[in-house]
This record gives sequence, structure tokens and C-alpha cells, in this order.
Amino acid sequence: MSIDGQSVNGPEEPAVSRAASSAQAVRRAVVVGGNRIPFARTGGAYTKSSNQDMLTAALDGLIARFGLQDERIGEVAAGAVLKHSRDFNLTREAVLGSALSAETPAYDLQQACATGLETVLGLANKIKLGQIESAIAGGVDSASDAPIAVSEGLREILLDLSRAKSLPQRLQILARLRPKDLAPDAPNTGEPRTGLSMGEHQALTTAQWKITREAQDELAYNSHRNLAAAYDAGFFDDLLTPYRGLTRDSNLRADTSLDKLASLKPVFGRNLGSEATMTAGNSTPLTDGASTVLLASEEWADQHDLPKLATILDGEAAAVDFVHGKDGLLMAPALAVPRLLARNGLTLDDIDYFEIHEAFAGTVLSTLAAWEDEEFGRTRLGLEGAFGKVDRSRLNVNGSSLAAGHPFAATGGRIVASLAKMLHEKGAADGRPALGLVSICAAGGQGVVALLEAH
Amino acid sequence: MTDTYTRLVSKGVGRDVAKKLGLPQPALLRRYEPGQPLVNGPLLVVGSSTGADALATDLLAWDLDVRRHAVPREKLGGIVLVLDELEKPSDLEEPVLRAAPSLRDLAPNGRVVTVSREPGGTPAAAAARQGVDGLLRSLAKELRAGATGNGILLADGVGATAPGALGALRFFLSARSAFVDGQFVRVGSSDGKLPDDVDTPLAGKVAVVTGAARGIGAAIARTLHRDGATVVAVDIPAAGDHLAEVANEVRGTALQLDITRDNAGARIIDHAVGRHGRLDIVVHNAGITRDKLLVNMDHSRWSSVIDVNIAAQLRINDALLASEHFRSSPRIVSVASTSGIAGNRGQTNYAASKGGVMGMVRATAPLLARHGGSVNAVAPGFIETEMTARMPFAMREIARRLNSLQQGGRPQDVAEAIAFLASDAAGGISGEVLRVCGQNMVGA
Repeated sequence: MSIDGQSVNGPEEPAVSRAASSAQAVRRAVVVGGNRIPFARTGGAYTKSSNQDMLTAALDGLIARFGLQDERIGEVAAGAVLKHSRDFNLTREAVLGSALSAETPAYDLQQACATGLETVLGLANKIKLGQIESAIAGGVDSASDAPIAVSEGLREILLDLSRAKSLPQRLQILARLRPKDLAPDAPNTGEPRTGLSMGEHQALTTAQWKITREAQDELAYNSHRNLAAAYDAGFFDDLLTPYRGLTRDSNLRADTSLDKLASLKPVFGRNLGSEATMTAGNSTPLTDGASTVLLASEEWADQHDLPKLATILDGEAAAVDFVHGKDGLLMAPALAVPRLLARNGLTLDDIDYFEIHEAFAGTVLSTLAAWEDEEFGRTRLGLEGAFGKVDRSRLNVNGSSLAAGHPFAATGGRIVASLAKMLHEKGAADGRPALGLVSICAAGGQGVVALLEAH
Repeated sequence: MTDTYTRLVSKGVGRDVAKKLGLPQPALLRRYEPGQPLVNGPLLVVGSSTGADALATDLLAWDLDVRRHAVPREKLGGIVLVLDELEKPSDLEEPVLRAAPSLRDLAPNGRVVTVSREPGGTPAAAAARQGVDGLLRSLAKELRAGATGNGILLADGVGATAPGALGALRFFLSARSAFVDGQFVRVGSSDGKLPDDVDTPLAGKVAVVTGAARGIGAAIARTLHRDGATVVAVDIPAAGDHLAEVANEVRGTALQLDITRDNAGARIIDHAVGRHGRLDIVVHNAGITRDKLLVNMDHSRWSSVIDVNIAAQLRINDALLASEHFRSSPRIVSVASTSGIAGNRGQTNYAASKGGVMGMVRATAPLLARHGGSVNAVAPGFIETEMTARMPFAMREIARRLNSLQQGGRPQDVAEAIAFLASDAAGGISGEVLRVCGQNMVGA
């Protein structure tokens, strides 16, 4: 009990409550490293690979890199956006198929394209709280091996049939079957509440923020150029393990040019009245792939003689009301980042590396434009003026999704592992550990962002 | 894998037919498995020197059934011919002819090992010592049914029971040397230490294996792991998927690294010491072939082979020699090739690089000696790998049969020789080249 401000450590009664002592146990969660397989354009090298195959391969590469064979990891969390119903325990099944100890628990998580980053944040929090010492975060997606559902009509008939008790009942139910019921229900990236595809949504936002075709093509060009340079420099040598004959992301066009990008025809926003600017070159293609990130407490990393690249400082999620047009579908990070930085007493100028997921070039540029806009700052962020300007030389310096591709749930792990390595290599900046910001937009008008610091 | 022909003629009708037609009859070789008996039967030690007595005493301590005199018609697991006190050529006759009848009693996969001194001394002594070379190589060609003959050459001042001599003797007697035939190992000093546990001679060691993703490199990783070492498996990033499989299988770590990068040596040392606390063994196995007749050779084929196969090894060795982390009885073992000894049509670049490896180990040996270290090369002959499986059928068949064992070796056979040279027992052996070729007829 505390009587006069001094604690009394009696043997029968703890000085502080259990809640307080566990809060005191908050500690660092560090990124040890990562592993992903090269990302493949849909219908390419991984056409015959399932989510479980790819996630297991990414896990096994991580295990080999860090000598985790037979290791009981505190917890593994991963997920997929396009997921078969049979994969209800996808991550646990991948763990069982990997070289990890079979006593490693695992869970699935799904938050659209933010899935991968959310697994990192959730597991980092468990480490910070002392619930676990080590964790593997990850994500996987296959648009090639996407689940295809039967039509709603056929589904109802099949379910009724399973409940029928007699032959006449069964025949009666089967008689309801119509040819249109046999058409399968393929997945799409359309928003259920608006019926618009993600690309059409972004086209609205791109037009709203008056983002030019040239600016979008330039961002795409830089993404390819930066990613190719990173490969040539060996940056991915300890971040990636080849898979099914691929040693680099198959979407990467090292030889692309602004002229080539300018020659592509627009594919989204052709009915908006304004000039359509979004092409296959400045939009991310459907992609297959998987990524993993090894997280740990500092003690665990030290005990296992493993590197500590960066600390997961903080994370923030946001959502926007895109249904009523208040904000664009993919603009939630524009709200999340200011909240995250304010909570940590930081501004955009303090950030050494920005990793803003390139769902579309227009998404990144609309977000940057919103932050530079005084009205957006006042009305949407509650600031006195514009939020700030991102130094473009610090943005996606080793390429991002436009070049690498974007297997939805795998993008978070790709970015966190790469950023952690970049921060570790940079070490200090201006006399303090280098800082990195991750921003990922997601379907449903959501966004998850995170702050990392060089260890 | 044992080739189809060898399987076919090893028993039943196939064996009878091959025998009648006078076709080659390769034996199914006995390969090492942990816990198996060292040899298939009693061991006959021939020789009357004090060295022979001492050796026989030491072999008894290995729980072997040691005979100093042959028992007629008793099957023998091996014959050790101790010839360490030869003074003149006529000294050869008595022990050699005394051992001769016992060759008939040698069990399948039996072993003959000579222990003698390297040529030197008076002209008569040198003649006698050099005579053992011709004797042993001829005898190896006479042995059948998977039996092999190999020799240990003692430098002056090195006893027959020096750690290196006993280590080499155990290697030659055991199934680890299945595809080593007609070869000598020179024990240059009394350095080295016999293992506490003969089944895990590399316990506590950290070993780096380059080119470990497949083939011989993967076999080396598995063998070093089996012998107790912690393995760092290294290969180019593009081979990372196979590398990860090997690393996970041997419970080691994978390091995706192009060994031709300037900082490769530092990366290897940092990884081994940072992750595993130390670095004891480096196996330079990574190698490439870019075959072309010299008349058609171009810059890229020539330079890439030289760079990967020898220049990269030299750069990495420089980093190792300069590192304070590579000073506790360190071991370097390089993979050379019989092409570098005998030459091979279409492989001028490859043979130059592999000849280079042999020159390198000889010159590096004195540099490592001050830290109790050793550096050696293993020169494989025809080994059954994915690479040799792509050879044209007829060429492959000829290459396979042109050795005393009349078959190709396995990646494991090369790995066993490397594991031996990487062990503490091999400390007295340095700057040497050990061939694993089944006594290839080409190029001696």
C-alpha cells in the first residue's frame, strides 16, 4: 500500500496493482529482419501456388535466414485478403508445414490491404506488453488462385438440399435450379456499398486533387527505377528468397521510360468528364506473393544473437466516409498520419524515410496534395493551415508497389522489413535515431500507418 | 545414387552375365553411417618397426580386432602395411610378401592402408620410400569388390601414431573414404587432436560452406552437420530457395551472398561470428563451369570461371587471414578437380582455376600454420550430380567406368573427405590435395 507517497513492499500485499505493474512492463518490440518471395504478376510464375504454399515458402526462407528451425515462436499472425473458406486456419497450417516448432501458435487476421501492417502492429504490442518474446508477422495473397463462389441461388438450393429428408423433397428443390444459378461468383475489388471498383474510386480522388498524368507517370517511373537500383545493389539479398524460378518481382520493368508510360491508354476514370489519367502503368497490377517479418523483444534478439534493425514505435488506424463522398476511398492515411505524428510530437520534417504504399500513383499524390492543402488542414485535420510537405527524395527510395506489385496482404510485411533495414543502415540522422513512416490504404475507406525508429 | 548398370551387375543373373562377358563389375560401395563398425572384420597390421607396434596398440584401443599375424582363410576387414623404417628397396620385400596372401582374404569393401615416409634421406632410402608409391597405386588397381588401397606419408620426425596419421588411418579404414582409392595423404607435422567422440568429430565447430544450395555443396553441409558442426550455408541470392531448404534441413542458417563481391569475406565472418559466436571451418565449394574449346573462348567465359572458382577464394582467404576470429585451429578446405590435375578437353578455363586452387592451398598453408590452422583441397573425379547427369550418355558411361572402382562417386564421398580435412585430427595435414576419384585412370 502507498501511504505517504512511498511504497511499502509488504510480502502479503504488492505495492502496485497488477494492472500498473504490467503497464510498467512496456518495452521495445524490434524488427529482426524479414523475408518475402518475389512478387509475381497474376497468371504468371505462381499461378499454381496456393496462399498456403506461398506463405509457407516465405516462412521457411525466414527460418533459414535466422536459424529458427524447431524454434517455438511466441505467435505467428498473417492473413490473406482473397481467402478460400477452407483456409480458415491458413497461418497455423503454414506454420505446421514449415520448419518451426509445431508448438508455435498462430492466428489469421484480415483488414484488406492493411492486413500485413496490422499483424506487425498487433504482434509488436504483445511483445511490448511482455505477453510474448518473439513473433512473426506476415501476409499472402493470390489473385491467380482466387476463391470462386457459387451463385447465391445455387448456394441456397444446395443448403436446402442438405436439409431435405425425402426424395420428393429433394426433387422439388432441384426443380428450382435455373441456368443463371450455374454462373460462378468471382471475386472483384468493387466496394460493396458503392459498386465502384477501387480504380474508379481513385479516379474520382485523383480528379478531385487535380493530379496530372505526368506526375503519376513520374512516380511510377521512379518506383521502377528505384526498385531496379535496389536489386542491383544487392539490397534484397537478405530480404527475399527466390520462389518457383523467380528471383525478382516479375512486374519490375527496369527499362521502362517516361515515354513508354506516357504511351499507355487510360483504364480508369474514362467517364468522369475530365481527362482520364490513370493507366495500367501508374496503377498496381494484380499480384501473387507472400511476406514475413520477424519481431522480437530486445532480450530475445540478444539471446539468439540476432540483429535488431528497428523499433516499432507506434501505429494508428483511420477510416473515412467515402460512401457519402466526404473523402476519397483511399484517403484514410491522410488522416491517420497527422494523428500518429502529433501523438509522438513529430512533424513530416522529422521523418527520414517515407514508405507510402503505391496502390495507385494517384493515391500517393492525392495524399501528399491533401497534406499540402491549407483547407484540408483546417477542415479535416483541425490544424491552422496545411499539415506539411513530404521531401520527395525521402519517398519510397527503394521502389514500392507500382514496381514490385501488390499482393494485398503481403505489402505490409514487404514495406516493414525493407524500411527496418534502411533505417538500420542509416542509423542516426541529426543526432537521433533515423525515423521511418509506413502508410497503407485499404478497401472500405481504411488506412493503417506506423512509425519505426532505427535501433 | 548408384547407377543402373552397377545395380544390374551387382547380383543375380546380371552378375553372372557380366562375369561371362568380361564386362566391368562395379561393386556396391559401403558408405558411412554413424555408429557402424569401422571395418568389416579383423584388421591385420603388418610390419616389425616400433611404429608398427605402437600403431597396433593404438588400434586395439579403438576396440578393433587387431591381428599381428594372419590367420589363413579368416576374412579381414583391412590390412595396415607399416613401412616407416625402409632404408633400401630390398627392405620392401619381406613385409609386402608377408601381407600378400592375405589380400585373398580381404572382405568386400576391405581396406589396405600403407604407412610410410615421404621420399627423402639417402638415395637408397628415397628409392625405397618412393617405391611405396608405385606399389600402392598398383595394388589399388588389383583390389576388387569395393576394396580400396591408400597410403599415409609421414614427414621426417612425425611418428606413425601422430594425430594426423591416426586421423588419416581412421578415415581410410572407414566407409567415409568409399570413393578414395590409390591416394596418399601426407602428414607434415604432429599437430592436431583426435576427437572425443568419433561420431561427432566436428562438435562445437561453426562451418561455412559456399555453393551449398545443391549438389556437392548441399552434401557437404549435411555431412558437416552430421559430424556435429553448426553450418552456415552460403550461395548466390538466385539459388536462395534451394539454399533455404538445405539450411533448414541441417538446422543451420542461410546466407545469400555472391562470393565474388568485394566484401564477401567480411560478410561471411560477420554472419558466422554474429549469429553463431565463432568461425572454425570454411569450405570453398562454390564453382562454375563455362566449357568451350580454347580456340572459341571469350572474355566472359574465361573471367567468370576464374573469378568464382579461385579469385573469390583468394579474396575471402585474405579476409580470414586478417581476422582475429579465425585463429583457433582454423580449417580451410577447397574443392579442386581432377580436371585441374589431368586436364580436360573444353575446360581450359575451369582447369586453370582448379589448378589455381591447388597452388593456392600449398602457398596458404604456411600462413595458417602459426594459428594451428590448415588448408587443403579435395579434387573430385567423376561424381554423380545434376551436372554430370546432363552429359551425353556415352561420355558419361566412359567417364564413370574409367577408374578402379568402375563407377561414379557420390556427392557424399567428396563431403566425407572434406569433413575429415576440416576435423581437428587433420591438423598435421596442410597444403595437400586429396583426390576423391576412385583412382581415375586418366591423368594418374
